[in-house]
Amino acid sequence: MSEATYEIQEEALIRGDIAEYLNRHETKDLLRILTCGSVDDGKSTLIGRLLYDSHMIYEDQLDKIRKDSKIYGTTDEDFDPALLTDGLKAEREQGITIDVAYRYFSTDKRKFIIADCPGHEQYTRNMATGASTCNLATILIDARHGVITQTKRHSFICSLLGIKHVVVAVNKMDLVDWSEEKYNAIVKDYNAFVSRLGFSDIHFIPLSALKGDNVVDHSENLAWYDGPTFLHHLEHVNISTDRNLIDMRLPVQYVIRPNLDFRGFSGTMASGVLRVGDAVASLPSRQTSKIKAIYGPDGEMDEAFAAQAITVTLEDEIDVSRGNMLVPVNNIPHLGNEFEAMVVWMHEEAAEAGKSYLIKHTSSMVPGLLTDIRYKVDVNRMKREKNADSAGTISLELNEIGRCHMTLHRPIAFDPYEKNHTTGAFIIVDRLSNLTLGAGMIVDRVVSKPAHKKAPVSQNIVKSHSLVSQADREKLLNQKGSTIWLTGLSGSGKSTVAQELEKELIAQGRLCYILDGDNVRHGLNRDLGFSMEDRTENIRRIAEVSALMNDAGVIVISSFISPYISDRASAREVIGDSDFIEVFIDTPIEVCEQRDPKGLYKKARSGEIQQFTGISDPYEAPQSAELTVKTENMEPTAAAELIIDDLRSRGLIG
Amino acid sequence: MSGYNLSHLKQLEAESIHIIREVAAEFEHPVMMYSIGKDSSVMLHLAQKAFAPGKIPFPLLHVDTQWKFKEMYKFRTLIAEKYDVDIKIWINPEGKDQVSPFSHGSEKHTQIMKTDGLKQALDHYKFDAAFGGARRDEEKSRAKERVYSFRNEFHQWDPKNQRPELWNIYNAKIDKGESIRVFPLSNWTELDIWLYLLREDIPIVPLYYAAERPVVEREGTLIMVDDDRMPLKDGEIPMQKKVRFRTLGCYPLTGAVESEAETVEEIVQEMLLTTTSERQGRVIDGDKSSMEDKKKDGYF
Ligand SMILES: Nc1nc2c(ncn2[C@@H]2O[C@H](COP(=O)(O)OP(=O)(O)O)[C@@H](O)[C@H]2O)c(=O)[nH]1
Repeated sequence: MSEATYEIQEEALIRGDIAEYLNRHETKDLLRILTCGSVDDGKSTLIGRLLYDSHMIYEDQLDKIRKDSKIYGTTDEDFDPALLTDGLKAEREQGITIDVAYRYFSTDKRKFIIADCPGHEQYTRNMATGASTCNLATILIDARHGVITQTKRHSFICSLLGIKHVVVAVNKMDLVDWSEEKYNAIVKDYNAFVSRLGFSDIHFIPLSALKGDNVVDHSENLAWYDGPTFLHHLEHVNISTDRNLIDMRLPVQYVIRPNLDFRGFSGTMASGVLRVGDAVASLPSRQTSKIKAIYGPDGEMDEAFAAQAITVTLEDEIDVSRGNMLVPVNNIPHLGNEFEAMVVWMHEEAAEAGKSYLIKHTSSMVPGLLTDIRYKVDVNRMKREKNADSAGTISLELNEIGRCHMTLHRPIAFDPYEKNHTTGAFIIVDRLSNLTLGAGMIVDRVVSKPAHKKAPVSQNIVKSHSLVSQADREKLLNQKGSTIWLTGLSGSGKSTVAQELEKELIAQGRLCYILDGDNVRHGLNRDLGFSMEDRTENIRRIAEVSALMNDAGVIVISSFISPYISDRASAREVIGDSDFIEVFIDTPIEVCEQRDPKGLYKKARSGEIQQFTGISDPYEAPQSAELTVKTENMEPTAAAELIIDDLRSRGLIG
Repeated sequence: MSGYNLSHLKQLEAESIHIIREVAAEFEHPVMMYSIGKDSSVMLHLAQKAFAPGKIPFPLLHVDTQWKFKEMYKFRTLIAEKYDVDIKIWINPEGKDQVSPFSHGSEKHTQIMKTDGLKQALDHYKFDAAFGGARRDEEKSRAKERVYSFRNEFHQWDPKNQRPELWNIYNAKIDKGESIRVFPLSNWTELDIWLYLLREDIPIVPLYYAAERPVVEREGTLIMVDDDRMPLKDGEIPMQKKVRFRTLGCYPLTGAVESEAETVEEIVQEMLLTTTSERQGRVIDGDKSSMEDKKKDGYF
């Protein structure tokens, strides 16, 4: 192309029917593209070419570039598209900081935002910054040089930041005689190393950014390639399934209180879908309520989904403030103050294990420690590297990536970055200089993880079918297997009631069995502590055992504090709604504390026991238990009667 | 699941609202710079959405050079009522009623009444965060601008000391006396602004629409004779021309373009069919110092 002439995109439509043109452009979607490549691979040229060929350049700008091309141009051509983006060379000369630059263009299909990352020493920091908001990465390869170390490095960072779509632009095909063999060899090389990186979609396109072949228009020279052109691919790549629409997360940014009757919680939907009437819990308090109304930018709506900025009101007056997160009661993220994360370090002053920083995660800023740097990643070889210095400590230098263990002063609600970019990402801020030092992606929480958590049910386990059914066993016993789930504070009287109930049921000829802390914690659940995760796991196992015993026809009396609504809800799910009798042993905490049969409250008050339900860990009272028993002014035997009457009325015992 | 998609405009809207809420939550004394232009109109509209049904929890600030178009002042009053906001108006007392683009030249006028005036106002009210309507697509040098742009206690912008911005997590930590400029419209383009004005039916100053106006031509630029403070040169007679303005600033420094466009649709149509870029109408950009220098000095 020697004479750059200006053409207006969609000129006929603009002239003929501007309203239709605007209508089409209003509804198009958005694709964010990261461009990476080493210096001189042709990145500026490619971006300039896109801007030019999609006609986003004005005549006066073009004029200037034609003039500049004669002076500064890097090519013999009259027109050097690289100059459109104010190339890196010029910036170096002027001493301007090398940074991510954002460029904009659009076609009638999509609006595009390009995060343009210079292929400079600062690559890691800049690439991570650019990649954090992008849907797709363009990796440039100079056809003459093929896959080089930097190609791998760039690909690795893209995968670390969770980019799912990659376009490998094999550039400068004109300089290798448009050779299909050369191109195929590069494709093969790239595929060989990239398979480990977990991109869901990789696309290769041979092109010449300088001449324009396959950028916007198909190329005669590359007739052997029958895939889409670069722009066509960008216009059509499907990103609608990238978002997490499963796990509803609403980090609260701001509380709106225009008057006493309205208390709205504002935030941007991190993921999932939220509907009016949904039962939600606020983390970390775990208080629950229901969504009363949802307001979006256009007013009230029935449902909201990921990336919308909304305000919700709740049915109940519970404490919610900035930094809290609203989540579904039956799908909660991890709540904890320890996790492991991949950290990209972005500052000259190295990260040090044992140093304290500020961590900003969704809408909360929490002080915390970088407890440990487990290992560094050798970005070039995409392998972990153990690089302890002589003193045994590891530090993380500018542009290095490491796996770190973080310990915060307060718990936050988080998900692994892989599942949820918004609730799995954080930045690290210096407590003195206030600068942003690093960025982290949460890999997982830190708990000595029992294998059961990770392992999904193996494909090889097939439920075998018994020749005898639950109904057969129940007929034999003249009762229905069911679970009486006693929940309440420590000292509320669960065990006493359970024992009376057991005695009475046996006396009436019913086969029953008590599951409680004494017989479960010492064996089956010996490996669990009292963290939130462990409590949840404790309850899960108990529910599974109860379900098996019910299947055997046995009446189970489960007596556990089981403080969390969500855990009891999942127990109910495991056991089956009709066989699950939730009994709330409702005793005021003052009374329990007075009783204090095991002296536990005293220890909890003095801080000797931590995470004690009712004192330092929440108890979520049931909202709709099958039965509520107030033990305060009632004999245990009377309580047992009450429960037996209830079982009878439900037809669970004859 | 495919029903849950957002158009680019709805995404931009949500992101801007997110930014506005973050700033309102994390800074003690935020303010929204209000220039009365179309980008300010969009920004204000987004702020209203961010806090509805509540009120916008911060004031607006108009740094008044005393040389804006009459219609802009009228519009300013209208807007204060419509959005129920407090608009603080600041006129640099050192230049008040003295400095004019005619007597002091455009560069000095802008420096004193706009750049210095802005710093004075920020200091006076102790604002620690100021929203601005600048977009990255406006100018090459803005392509790297952060959403949160840090200023030291002297309002200086140090290009080497800007913080990396990842995801939608913004670092709002500053020391006393320091401040930030926030650009919630960073990712919007000129076309996006117009599409949104149209979609939302947002009022803008009528000067954006073509109408018969008295203008004189100076060095190839059409300048509107907005009041009788404008000294006419010998033999210069204002002529009535159908013109509109692409950007609004001080009337003696803002070039008009001849146009027939009387609606937003027609403006966009003209905009797309012309081949000159937007900022040409603004006389001050022809000045020597680059945008980069102006920014270092605290100009928006
Ligand atoms: N022959 C040829 N040269 C190219 C092509 N793309 C870029 N170049 C040249 O390669 C050099 C570096 O390009 P540039 O876009 O500045 O690279 P960047 O550093 O990645 O931005 C310039 O001289 C370009 O003109 C291409 O497709 N073919």
